[in-house]
Amino acid sequence: MFFRLKLPIFWVAFLFLGAFVLSFAQDYGDAIVSGSIADARTLVPILASDSASADICGVVFNGLVKYDKDINLAPDLAESWEIKEDGLVIIFHLKKNVLWHDGHPFTSHDVEFTYKKLIDPNVKTPYSGDFERIKSLEVLDDYTIKITYKEPFAPALSSWGMPIIPKHLLEKEDLNNTKFTRHPIGTGPYKFKSWKTQEKIELVSNHNYFEKRPYIDRCIYRIIPDESTIFLELQTQGLDSAGLSPLQFIRQTDSEFFKKYYRKFILTSFGYTYLGYNLNDPKFKDKRVRQALNYAVDKQEIINMVLLGLGKVATGPFMPESWGYNKEVIPVDFNPQKARELLKEAGWQDSNHDGWLDRRGENFEFTILVNQGNEERLKVAQIIQRRLNDVGIRVKIKVLEWSVFLTEFIDKKNFEAVLLGWSLGRDPDNYDIWHSSKTKEGEFNFIGYKNDEVDRLLVEARRIFDQEKRKAYYQRIHSIIYDEQPYMFLYIPDILSILHSRFQGIKPAPIGISYNFIDWWVPRGQQRYTRMTDR
Amino acid sequence: MINYIIRRLLGIIPLLLGITIISFAIIHLAPGKPVTLQQSLNPKVSLEVRARLERLYGLDKPLHLQYINWLKRLVRLDFGRSFSDDRLVLDKILERLPVTLIINISALIFIFIVAIPIGVKSAVNPDGLFDKVMTIVVFIGFALPTFWLALLLMNLLGIKLGWLPISGIKSLDFEYFSLGQKILDLARHLVLPVFVSGLGGLAGISRYMRSSMIEALNQPYISTARAKGLPKRQVVYKHALRNAILPIVTIMGLSIPGLLGGSVIFESIFALPGIGRLFYEAVMMRDYPLIMAEVVLGAVLVMLGNLIADISYAYVDPRIRYKK
Repeated sequence: MFFRLKLPIFWVAFLFLGAFVLSFAQDYGDAIVSGSIADARTLVPILASDSASADICGVVFNGLVKYDKDINLAPDLAESWEIKEDGLVIIFHLKKNVLWHDGHPFTSHDVEFTYKKLIDPNVKTPYSGDFERIKSLEVLDDYTIKITYKEPFAPALSSWGMPIIPKHLLEKEDLNNTKFTRHPIGTGPYKFKSWKTQEKIELVSNHNYFEKRPYIDRCIYRIIPDESTIFLELQTQGLDSAGLSPLQFIRQTDSEFFKKYYRKFILTSFGYTYLGYNLNDPKFKDKRVRQALNYAVDKQEIINMVLLGLGKVATGPFMPESWGYNKEVIPVDFNPQKARELLKEAGWQDSNHDGWLDRRGENFEFTILVNQGNEERLKVAQIIQRRLNDVGIRVKIKVLEWSVFLTEFIDKKNFEAVLLGWSLGRDPDNYDIWHSSKTKEGEFNFIGYKNDEVDRLLVEARRIFDQEKRKAYYQRIHSIIYDEQPYMFLYIPDILSILHSRFQGIKPAPIGISYNFIDWWVPRGQQRYTRMTDR
Repeated sequence: MINYIIRRLLGIIPLLLGITIISFAIIHLAPGKPVTLQQSLNPKVSLEVRARLERLYGLDKPLHLQYINWLKRLVRLDFGRSFSDDRLVLDKILERLPVTLIINISALIFIFIVAIPIGVKSAVNPDGLFDKVMTIVVFIGFALPTFWLALLLMNLLGIKLGWLPISGIKSLDFEYFSLGQKILDLARHLVLPVFVSGLGGLAGISRYMRSSMIEALNQPYISTARAKGLPKRQVVYKHALRNAILPIVTIMGLSIPGLLGGSVIFESIFALPGIGRLFYEAVMMRDYPLIMAEVVLGAVLVMLGNLIADISYAYVDPRIRYKK
């Protein structure tokens, strides 16, 4: 009797529990359609230098390491690594269950092959720099690699985020012009399907991906070169994901339609915008002058006016999320009075009462160079111009086409001030920008910064692998550089993204939202692209 | 006639040589180098790497040697490889050509189908109501900025009414369509671009048609035809139009080079994979092989277009033929 009564209840409870659990199970299927302004150029990852190509290579290929959601180095194709002899030797232990998209197994020979191509002078890769510091790379067995560096080089680990290319498919090819560039085979979560030039690139999910099969079956990148058109496509749900301008983000995406179908995200970018001074110009040689200029410009005002508030004041050459960042460096307040005082100390005052500061008969005036096509920077330049005019400095603005800007003005150091930005890698090493040796034509210390202590710190920090110890070096660099003001550090813009609301599983983290892209999914009832059958 | 054609064709060669030499020199005069655009201000790319890339592209050789190398390859119809992605320039152009051609030819057809009747009807009643209204309409079409009109129409027809797709040349699931559906899909995507790009051309052609027609209608033989009692339709279409249309034929010939031009702005807005954007980006990136290919293409087409215009004019107008 009792037994009979219990059974149905048991089954009912089981069914409820089952349904409850199943409702959390993710569905496979659907596609995500992203809008891209530019087409990719090549899908051979070591040749790709533009962001469109890099984005696609990022899901088709893997490196040995990658950055996890907290911006720490994590295993990708390498399951673990050892650092020996104080950083001269790195040994990578590779994962054993990884297959290329054509079924061939991934081994350490692929890593060796990738390395050889990276340092090959006949391969048009821009990334050889980091790999030329390697003394030797030995394959110890199919899944173990031993890399010996000429000197301990801490950014090395990060450099192995470089996507690995397949030896068995490319060893007989000329990397510079192989069909592979239009039809890549990688190890990543998505496999290449098709590329219609300037129209779209399609990827399908890799069911044998070594982490797990991604839930979204397809990635489609639509190439739409005009921002207004991208915005129009969002309004017909023709795109699932796109970047927005501050204006679109704040004012134009709050309608019922957008609230229902889309979600917006604010993520921080890894880069900053700055005003760089030519430190060989007598006007800018005195530190007090540069500090005065820093007091004279209100950075928050720039963020409010140009970015509509969507950005943060930059306090130096590091990002707040980076472990090299020094929280104790506080940006100065907007203080035009203090600016005038410092300028006076440095010998600049308005002796002839014409409204402009002068020194030894010469007025304080200079030109800011901006590159064409960047409305945002032009506005920033105008605000700086206005604020500096207020303290008696005459500023002109000149807009130049990008290529001319670089070759005639920057490379030849033919400028007074430039308004530019840096997009940084995750490793805080910025030797190439700040070391006094990097001032040759085409190198990145084009402002001519030289500080012996910073030089020494940069060189030493590169050799230390212990993050806790290394941190102190960068934090000291941060505070010296902010004090010296070789740049006026302006702002770190926010990245404004919009994503269709049907995608579940998004978990914003310090690194952004795409780190768990293979976990995103769409409930079956809401899937939009079901006609495209997977396979 | 044949001799004439052959002479003209041979004359293209020295002209082409001159054009390419001058263009090559001018392009290289512009400051900026190709490789810089690919990876400058990328802190991961060192100076040595850039020097190496320059050697690989052959950019370190003196200018005249670069030109001669280019010319040698051109003779074999080898346009070289693009600097941006190392693909054959010929492939890149041929890939984008069909879209541009379809749109431009359709726009041309659209213009002629609409503008000729407008011109004719306006000429038949000059300064009448139809004429005045059409003048205004046509000039508005000419004056409107195409990109603005494009965005407005995309908003109206794409979003508010949902009748037409907004951008691109095909729908996302194009591969799964039947042939009939595919044609329909392409047509729907082409409506707005063809209409917007044709609108500007309406003004020109219809005004030419109108003035040419007025001149034809004032000829003595028209008075004769009317006196003979011929119906208006015959007078206008059979007699006057045939003569009035001659200048339009010339214009058509001269439009041939234009067929292969695309507007960058236009193609960017509609996300059309056409030639206009290809060349604009090539210039911005200093992609010399691609730019030189465009110069050659454009020059050859202009000269061919002139030739065709001259020949067809001679063909259509017997007076020219018999004078020779």
